[in-house]
Amino acid sequence: METNQQKELSPFREFWHSFAQNRGAVIGLAVLTFFIAIGIFSPLLAPYSPSQLFEGTYRLPPAFTSGGNIKFFLGTDDVGRDILSRLIYGTSLSLGVGLMVVVVSLISGTILGLLAGYFEKHVDSTIMRLTDIIMALPSTLLAIVVAAILGPGLVNAVWAVSIVAIPNYIRLVRALVMAEKKRAYVTAAHAYGAGHIRIMLSEILPNCTAPIIVQATLGLSEGILNAAALGFLGLGAQPPTPEWGTMLADARPFMESSPWMVTFPGLSILLVVLALNLVGDGLRDALDPRLKK
Amino acid sequence: MLLDVQNLTITFDTKYGPLTAVRDLSFSLKMGETLGVVGESGCGKSITNLAIMGLLPTQAKISATRLAFEGNDLVSMSERQWQRLRGKDIAMIFQDPMSALNPCYTVGHQLVETLLVHRDFSKKEAWSESLNLMEQVGIPAPSERLKAYPHELSGGMAQRVMIAMAISSNPKLLIADEPTTALDVTIQDQILRLLKDLQEKRQMSLMLVTHDLGVVAQNTDRIQVMYAGEVVESGLTQEVIHHPTHPYTSGLLAGHPTAEVSTKGKARLPSIPGMVPDLRHRPQGCQFHPRCSYAQDKCRREMPSDAGPTRCFYPLSNGRPA
Repeated sequence: METNQQKELSPFREFWHSFAQNRGAVIGLAVLTFFIAIGIFSPLLAPYSPSQLFEGTYRLPPAFTSGGNIKFFLGTDDVGRDILSRLIYGTSLSLGVGLMVVVVSLISGTILGLLAGYFEKHVDSTIMRLTDIIMALPSTLLAIVVAAILGPGLVNAVWAVSIVAIPNYIRLVRALVMAEKKRAYVTAAHAYGAGHIRIMLSEILPNCTAPIIVQATLGLSEGILNAAALGFLGLGAQPPTPEWGTMLADARPFMESSPWMVTFPGLSILLVVLALNLVGDGLRDALDPRLKK
Repeated sequence: MLLDVQNLTITFDTKYGPLTAVRDLSFSLKMGETLGVVGESGCGKSITNLAIMGLLPTQAKISATRLAFEGNDLVSMSERQWQRLRGKDIAMIFQDPMSALNPCYTVGHQLVETLLVHRDFSKKEAWSESLNLMEQVGIPAPSERLKAYPHELSGGMAQRVMIAMAISSNPKLLIADEPTTALDVTIQDQILRLLKDLQEKRQMSLMLVTHDLGVVAQNTDRIQVMYAGEVVESGLTQEVIHHPTHPYTSGLLAGHPTAEVSTKGKARLPSIPGMVPDLRHRPQGCQFHPRCSYAQDKCRREMPSDAGPTRCFYPLSNGRPA
């Protein structure tokens, strides 16, 4: 029995073993965990409310530079709000937006990709032509158009960014399904009387998960980046929401006089996106059988 | 009559014109009977199986004056009816057992799933029935094997699992499509004996499809030899093996290595000259005439009928033209 239990653990252990070998991925995972923790515990960690105004402390530089105040570690912005608190509260927003984008685009993209890859012919060409239309437009431009149509706001930004991301999943899943459905076990499942839905969901899909997980991780960073871009353009979260992209947009006029106002939100976006990409690459190396040694 | 096939024709539309993979195929199978289907690759064996399972690709066109299982017409059956039949009354095992099992799930999971689809079992009952089935197909330490993933099994073991899945619903007809081709010779014999054993115990019909005459010789009641999508000879196994009347059957048998030939060393194994015809451009007359050493003018002009046991104008007797 003991050997059996070991065997059942082995897929995860094997995965962890090859994932841990990639130092960048481990660092990325650590950074990501750090940000997730901040996002979860932001009310406990933040010294102030993100919208609390401190009169007379406008554009105060960070505490570790000359003229800084230890009360405001990363300084304050143009209306006297604590930047550190805003960043901490913004973490859950940015990560949440990324997650929502992934959930929306992953689910709809996977369903459409499954249908296209499994049924082929008319279903396939309809779905793929729609995908082509979306992909024909530059992604940022499309997101801007959708956000402009829906109106500015964080939720609408999620929709806009999701729509832009869907084709990636459709194309990935479709290709995987087309390769997988020719395998003998699918014919065997047919021969044992399984229906289409059962074959799609419980036979083919589980065999496609590894690349989908990788795509979702990379899609998370892309979602965060695109949502921040929309925020920066004024089409995403609206002030005073402490979303990082929106903070950047607010700080833009003071870029030269008070550089810390753009530095810290920008740095946060950079770190999260970098961490996610590192983790994504690590996952790909660990999960993709073609890259295995 | 369990399975009754009359004038089955299967055509594919290809870029280069229609391809008739199976032409005017007629055969039938009684309850509890074992039929061996023999032929080279591309002779329409597998396509016939898929037609009986209702698994033909959508671009295939099928026509038959009669294609019936237990008197029910298969051609007009809806997908829903098919699903009830497939895996329940007709089961199938495949050439490569390792790829016919889903790599994502344990063997036990897949067996239980199959049982739950076709039989009124609770999960617990299904699990104990799985154990029972694993024992029946001769898998040692079945409770541990049930927890194994397909990649942890050997080929022979995987084929036994496939057989367990196939017989789980007490099928009336089991189609074995080259069940031993991917296995070692030593395992081959075990698997064939297991199939024969289960067939006898459960009184099911078995269709053993193979390109190896040796495989069918000991394990079947009847044989039908296929060539270019047609049956060229059929009859009782011993009869056909010992007294082939069609030149193709005789050629196949001559090409089968015996201990005598292989010890002689230098002697070359005889083979049938030429190639299987391109099914898009079938020859006129008898399909085998371009490769037949006894072919005469009539063979080049006219099609022999399949009314008799052999589709030949000049059947052999004792290995020679009459």
